[in-house]
Amino acid sequence: MGKKKLTPAQRKYQEKAKKAEPKPLYLRNALFAFLSGGLVCVIGQGLTDFYSRIMNLPPEEAGDPAVATVILIGALLTGFGVFDNIAKYAGAGLAVPVTGFANSVVSSALEFREEGLLYGISAKMFTLAGSVITFGVVTAFIIGLIYAIFL
Amino acid sequence: MGKKTGKQTYQIANPPMIISTGTVAGPFEGLGPLAQDFDEILTDARNEQSSFEKAERSILIKACRLALDHASFSSTEVDLFLAGDLLNQTISSNFSAISLGIPFIGLYGACSTAALGLGLGTLILDGGFAGSVLTATSSHNSAAERQYRYPTEYGGQRRSYQQWTVTGAGAALLGYTGEGPRVTAVTFGKVMDLGSTDPLNMGAAMAPAAADTIVRHFQDTGWDPNSFDLIVTGDLGKVGLDLCRQELSEQGITLGDNFNDCGVMIYDLSKQDVHAGGSGCAASALVTYGPLYRRLKRKEIHRLLLIGTGALHSPTSYMQGENIPCIAHAVRIEV
Repeated sequence: MGKKKLTPAQRKYQEKAKKAEPKPLYLRNALFAFLSGGLVCVIGQGLTDFYSRIMNLPPEEAGDPAVATVILIGALLTGFGVFDNIAKYAGAGLAVPVTGFANSVVSSALEFREEGLLYGISAKMFTLAGSVITFGVVTAFIIGLIYAIFL
Repeated sequence: MGKKTGKQTYQIANPPMIISTGTVAGPFEGLGPLAQDFDEILTDARNEQSSFEKAERSILIKACRLALDHASFSSTEVDLFLAGDLLNQTISSNFSAISLGIPFIGLYGACSTAALGLGLGTLILDGGFAGSVLTATSSHNSAAERQYRYPTEYGGQRRSYQQWTVTGAGAALLGYTGEGPRVTAVTFGKVMDLGSTDPLNMGAAMAPAAADTIVRHFQDTGWDPNSFDLIVTGDLGKVGLDLCRQELSEQGITLGDNFNDCGVMIYDLSKQDVHAGGSGCAASALVTYGPLYRRLKRKEIHRLLLIGTGALHSPTSYMQGENIPCIAHAVRIEV
């Protein structure tokens, strides 16, 4: 991408088009992402503390149900149609944490409901999240291999 | 016959009238500044259908029925139905043609379809091949989003130059009975590729095609910007409209306040969160067949130039890194 040869006329026009693009509000977006991302982390930490102190899970295991709970919240917010309205302002603050993953899976599943359980929901559920899973598994495998060989 | 003047324009010897129109707008479009000039406004974007695709089809049929009713025409009296839409294999139009039962020619011009249908219908009528033609087009925000971009509930930030696909449908009945504004000249555009690859920045991709067709129309007909009360492009949005203006001024054509864009007009850009404006087949169909048609009939505007603009890419072509080819067709409407 971007390496394709452009004719002089195309290059000239693309320069003009680039100039005409309204600039995104970088500072506002970064601030909102920082605050909302931080809030997600605070909730996650609160849940971890809840599972370890109140539910008496060992601290190193309390993270797993906490992550699952955050996924559940993200999925529910998507189902109720609120997630996209919040994400419009939060941006990366909600997209980068596991909430973004939950939203991409649930929104796809909802969207393709009409095409049936098999070819719709089940097949299309991971259209957006599929690459995250693929790279996650591949990375985990490589790290695991390094861990097994060198440590 | 010599109906063709210049390189791309057809002067219509026996100009047909737009006898009637039908418009159905989505709920969000119903909050915009043009709401009072649409025939019907949906309260539910699904229109009581089980899918967004079926919803789009139902409003396309509704718009066609409205156009027929306004002229007291029955569908059996119409010779041809020309329609197109954005969904794969133009299913909204194909399926609508079942229930209308009029001989059908499917069109694909992406968002230029309203102008394409008006232009083609006019040529067919002027050629004497039909006595009446119904032309229509539709788009649905949620159906288009899920085909071209992301699921409806996906939470992502939209770009500042991005446009909002209009939910709605517009139909026009062309013929020689009754009264109405006439289509007097048609300019079909060439497909242009100015190197745009970003499917979210359609305005910038389509602006050169619009400018080219406008220049061609003026050169072919000898008319100039001052000949028109209003010149509207289809769905360039704010970014595309500015770029189009710039392209034209570089070619020595200065457009004044009588130059606007249907995608900009249909929403209140300061209040409705649509970024650069509206897009989709329904943008130009709703604005032209709704408010502009009514203003023509009231003789508030006498000469209108509509330039329908379309981006002719598909999700497959841009995923494979190809540029976005664009087209624009111009239709001159006079009272």
